[in-house]
Amino acid sequence: MSMGYKAGDFGCIVVGAGHAGVEAALASARMGVKTLLLTISLDTIAFMPCNPSIGGPAKGHVVREIDALGGEMAKNIDKTLIQIRMLNTGKGPAVHALRAQADKFAYQNEMKSTLEKEPNITLKQAMVEKLIVENDVVKGIITRSGAEYYSETVVLTTGTYLRGRIIIGDLIYESGPNNQQPSINLSHNLKEIGLNLVRFKTGTPPRIHRESVDFSKMEIQPGDEVPRAFSFDTKEYRLDQIPCWLTYTNFHTHMIINSNLHRAPMFSGAIEGTGPRYCPSIEDKVVRFNDKPRHQIFLEPEGEFTEEMYVQGLSTSLPEDVQIEMLRTIPGMEKAEMMRPGYAIEYDVVVPTQLWPTLETKKIKNLFTAGQLNGTSGYEEAAGQGLMAGINAACRALGKDPVILDRSQAYIGVLIDDLVTKGTNEPYRLLTSRAEYRLLLRNDNADLRLREIGYKIGLIDENRYQAFLLKKNQIESEIERLKAYKVKPTSEVQEMLKSAGSSELNNGTDLATLLRRPEVTYDMIESLFPGLSEIDSAVKEQVEIEIKYAGYIEKQLLQVEKMKKVESKKIPEWVDYKTIHGLSLEAREKLSKIQPLNIGQASRISGVSPADISILLIYIEQGNKNMELNQHGKTE
Amino acid sequence: MEFDTIAAISTALGEGGIAIIRVSGEDALEIVDNIFKGSKKLSTVDSHTINYGKLFDEHGNVVDEVLVSVMRSPKTYTKEDVVEINCHGGLIAAKRVLELVLDNGARLAEPGEFTKRAFLNGRIDLSQAEAIIDIIRSKTDRAMNIALKQVEGQLSKQIIKMRRELLEVLAHIEVTIDYPEHDVETVTHNLLLEKSNSVKKEIERLIEVANQGKVLREGISTVIVGRPNVGKSSLLNALVHENKAIVTEIPGTTRDVIEEYINIKGIPLKLVDTAGIRETEDLVEKIGVERSKKALEEADLVLYVLNYNDTLHEDDLQLMEILKDTNVIVIINKTDLSNQLDIEIIKELLSKSPIIYTSMKEEIGLEELETAISQLFFAGNIKQDDFTYVSNSRHIQLLKQSRQSVADAINSIEEYIPIDMIAIDIKNTWDALGMIICDSVSEDLVDQIFTQFCVGK
Ligand SMILES: Nc1nc2c(ncn2[C@@H]2O[C@H](COP(=O)(O)OP(=O)(O)OP(=O)(O)O)[C@@H](O)[C@H]2O)c(=O)[nH]1
Ligand SMILES: [Mg+2]
Repeated sequence: MSMGYKAGDFGCIVVGAGHAGVEAALASARMGVKTLLLTISLDTIAFMPCNPSIGGPAKGHVVREIDALGGEMAKNIDKTLIQIRMLNTGKGPAVHALRAQADKFAYQNEMKSTLEKEPNITLKQAMVEKLIVENDVVKGIITRSGAEYYSETVVLTTGTYLRGRIIIGDLIYESGPNNQQPSINLSHNLKEIGLNLVRFKTGTPPRIHRESVDFSKMEIQPGDEVPRAFSFDTKEYRLDQIPCWLTYTNFHTHMIINSNLHRAPMFSGAIEGTGPRYCPSIEDKVVRFNDKPRHQIFLEPEGEFTEEMYVQGLSTSLPEDVQIEMLRTIPGMEKAEMMRPGYAIEYDVVVPTQLWPTLETKKIKNLFTAGQLNGTSGYEEAAGQGLMAGINAACRALGKDPVILDRSQAYIGVLIDDLVTKGTNEPYRLLTSRAEYRLLLRNDNADLRLREIGYKIGLIDENRYQAFLLKKNQIESEIERLKAYKVKPTSEVQEMLKSAGSSELNNGTDLATLLRRPEVTYDMIESLFPGLSEIDSAVKEQVEIEIKYAGYIEKQLLQVEKMKKVESKKIPEWVDYKTIHGLSLEAREKLSKIQPLNIGQASRISGVSPADISILLIYIEQGNKNMELNQHGKTE
Repeated sequence: MEFDTIAAISTALGEGGIAIIRVSGEDALEIVDNIFKGSKKLSTVDSHTINYGKLFDEHGNVVDEVLVSVMRSPKTYTKEDVVEINCHGGLIAAKRVLELVLDNGARLAEPGEFTKRAFLNGRIDLSQAEAIIDIIRSKTDRAMNIALKQVEGQLSKQIIKMRRELLEVLAHIEVTIDYPEHDVETVTHNLLLEKSNSVKKEIERLIEVANQGKVLREGISTVIVGRPNVGKSSLLNALVHENKAIVTEIPGTTRDVIEEYINIKGIPLKLVDTAGIRETEDLVEKIGVERSKKALEEADLVLYVLNYNDTLHEDDLQLMEILKDTNVIVIINKTDLSNQLDIEIIKELLSKSPIIYTSMKEEIGLEELETAISQLFFAGNIKQDDFTYVSNSRHIQLLKQSRQSVADAINSIEEYIPIDMIAIDIKNTWDALGMIICDSVSEDLVDQIFTQFCVGK
């Protein structure tokens, strides 16, 4: 490190400008906090080192939530996507999910320009090597070139850069993703200041040249024809979309992999980090599912103005020559020209149970961490955390109450609660099955769930908020209308029911009851009984879902109500688990470590039994009463 | 979890066969109103009134004639709305009433839960808090143990098997939701229907079995232990008023566990005579001794018999070590003979236990023993609702809950409701079944997804 110099004062410093960092910086800046955003390279802002796509089940939901709260990811992808689809349309509305192919380069440029235009953000290229910490409170950071920046809060979003190590067969070198400079000293510094780090692993597949591919042997995967967008505010849609392609591995591919397993770092022991089960390398898949004759491979364009294509499904850390050999066994890729090899990357991760649900570290006050650094995988999970860390850092700087989303409000809430309450021993991927209130956390209603919050913290402006209120009102009044509107079994109605394959009416009923029938859609009803004013399709969608699935939705709401009651029982700061007589040993240990904020969170910790919770409740009550008594003593 | 409406059989089994079912919580009135018919709806009567009426089951059959006390919050034991149903029909009716209450939305109270609520709602004073914690700790663990023991063997095997099947189906559904573009076959409508129906049938069978076998075969599990020849079998015979167990002067007569059901001052006891505990080489006796030890683990109350006419043996010291944290009544028998026993040591080692002197031969001390048992019971040291009903009612209740969930699933499948919603019901079924065997970790599902299917980039 060179000679130090004082370089500036900020309300919030964000270290790293990946998907978490940009959301953190934008949120904090837009909330009115003077924000410094530092990145190792200004050319890798919002870089996608792995797949060129955003969204999918649960992940797409997060992107919608980010938008509802006033984050940037949804807008940025809408502006730079080259294809977009709604997945799971054959299933219930709760699991409908958007997924877009991004033009990686456009995505980066667009995000960089958004950051540059943000008046409260100072964007700089710098390698951060050290945190300035006094009495367990972070005060700022020091860069490799000696710049000392002081700040009320610091958000670390360093992704997979910490002590990054790339592995391709027996080739191993220190590196961040895609041969970027790794961040070595910061990792050591984090340990010094008392944070617990573990090592994780992830991987990426090779990229090949479009011109070398024979698409006639593959199946085309076009985008949707209906206009779609992630952001609730997007009004312009891209319709000329670029397709992806589907092909398969085969016996020959698997043979090559099997005969080269001794050169695979996964099996030779060169990799120490824990990799994700849900994102296995192709060698992993071939070994673990050896009865599967073929695996899917999707070819995805990396951008509109590049010939590079991403080979989804072929993540690998086999040696380069094996990668080429294996690629060329796949139909359509016989002459594939590999432009970049796949690789595995190992990196340091902050054990996330060291964090409060605000993503602030328990150990160092005013220090927040977010993104892959916290042990997650995926751009969307990173961005969701980045947004929340940025919001909470800004709240701290502004002296406002923190914002914590619970499990019934957002996938982001599920994600963060899982991380800080249960921790993770592999890169954590959001799945819809991790959400217990999945039916409430839908792709379509993210704004109804979260816009209000976004508005309150100042990330949603008045215009967008008014548009939202209008939509909300329309939904409510249309539902009222359908419930109140009585219909008789007229020939028109019977005709409609018959053509829908539904049984005819015997008695009069109301439109809402009619709509509850599986075969009847809102459109059918509207065509016979139109409302007074024309309403938006997003409103119609809400009306239809809310009425059709009312039974299920109510069931989940009841569960949520119960959960909220428990969640509202706060655990006071004076609680000392070591002195609670009667707690089981395991519960005592886990509770002291995790320090849950409320009884609900405590009960989700594995190893904490209902009996432990009862005892904790009594202990808290006892303490409260004691304090009351003491207070009385003093005032008298 | 903490704030729903709870119910349990609460006390007073002794007097004239009246049992009280206590219901506490927000929905207490509504729940009891669902099954009660009297001159007025309970939700309309004044607080602290007693109301006469009849209880009906779901088919409209009269279950019992009852007096129902309505006590509205906050002047009640728990400071919540409390309804107490006084049944006349004895134990069987009480149990039936409890089940009805549970079916209508109450949850079976955990051990010590009424007291806990009373405390949390500010009803009981501070000094009692520690005591409640002890109750919760020891009783919950014990109740859990008992619950586990009850479902050991056949039942738990069936449940594990059903859960495994459900988990596979669930993982299959979930993987098609979370990985829609992967070439995983979708779960077919027929397969779902078939699986759900077979699970439902199996659950129904288990409910039937549980209902049949368990009606009267319950009571506070009371185990008679002691060295050979001290008079254990004689004690059993005396309490049962019948010669059920063989009594001889040969030590090691009883070689297996003998069970009898009796009623002492209105308290139902399952009385268990065991083989005398001693180091032995005799194979058959050895097995008997092992069984005695096992019976001991399951006991709610232990009657520990010693011979007044004999010195303390090494076996006794070991036994007392095991017994020191359980509910024990020490019975020093054969007081018609001369004293050889060092009673001071016993008092020291089992300082918390009452000591009763008896002579089975001269029929002395039985009345004192019966009083001691009922005192322990009414002092709350052993609780009827904690032990006798918890485990069985608990798992019947959970079986019913899982039946409801799987029925909901079947309904939805038949209506072609989207698969992700059907998954909610299947998951609920899986969870409820898991609670019977005290195992419900949702990480299982995520694990299952990734072991069963090959997905990822
Ligand atoms: N004198 C006297 N003899 C008794 C008394 N109680 C039991 N006995 C005798 O003691 C002997 C053993 O009695 P059991 O009831 O068979 O003893 P046990 O504890 O069941 O013995 P095992 O089954 O062998 O472990 C019999 O001969 C009884 O008649 C008593 O109070 N006084
Ligand atoms: Mg005997």
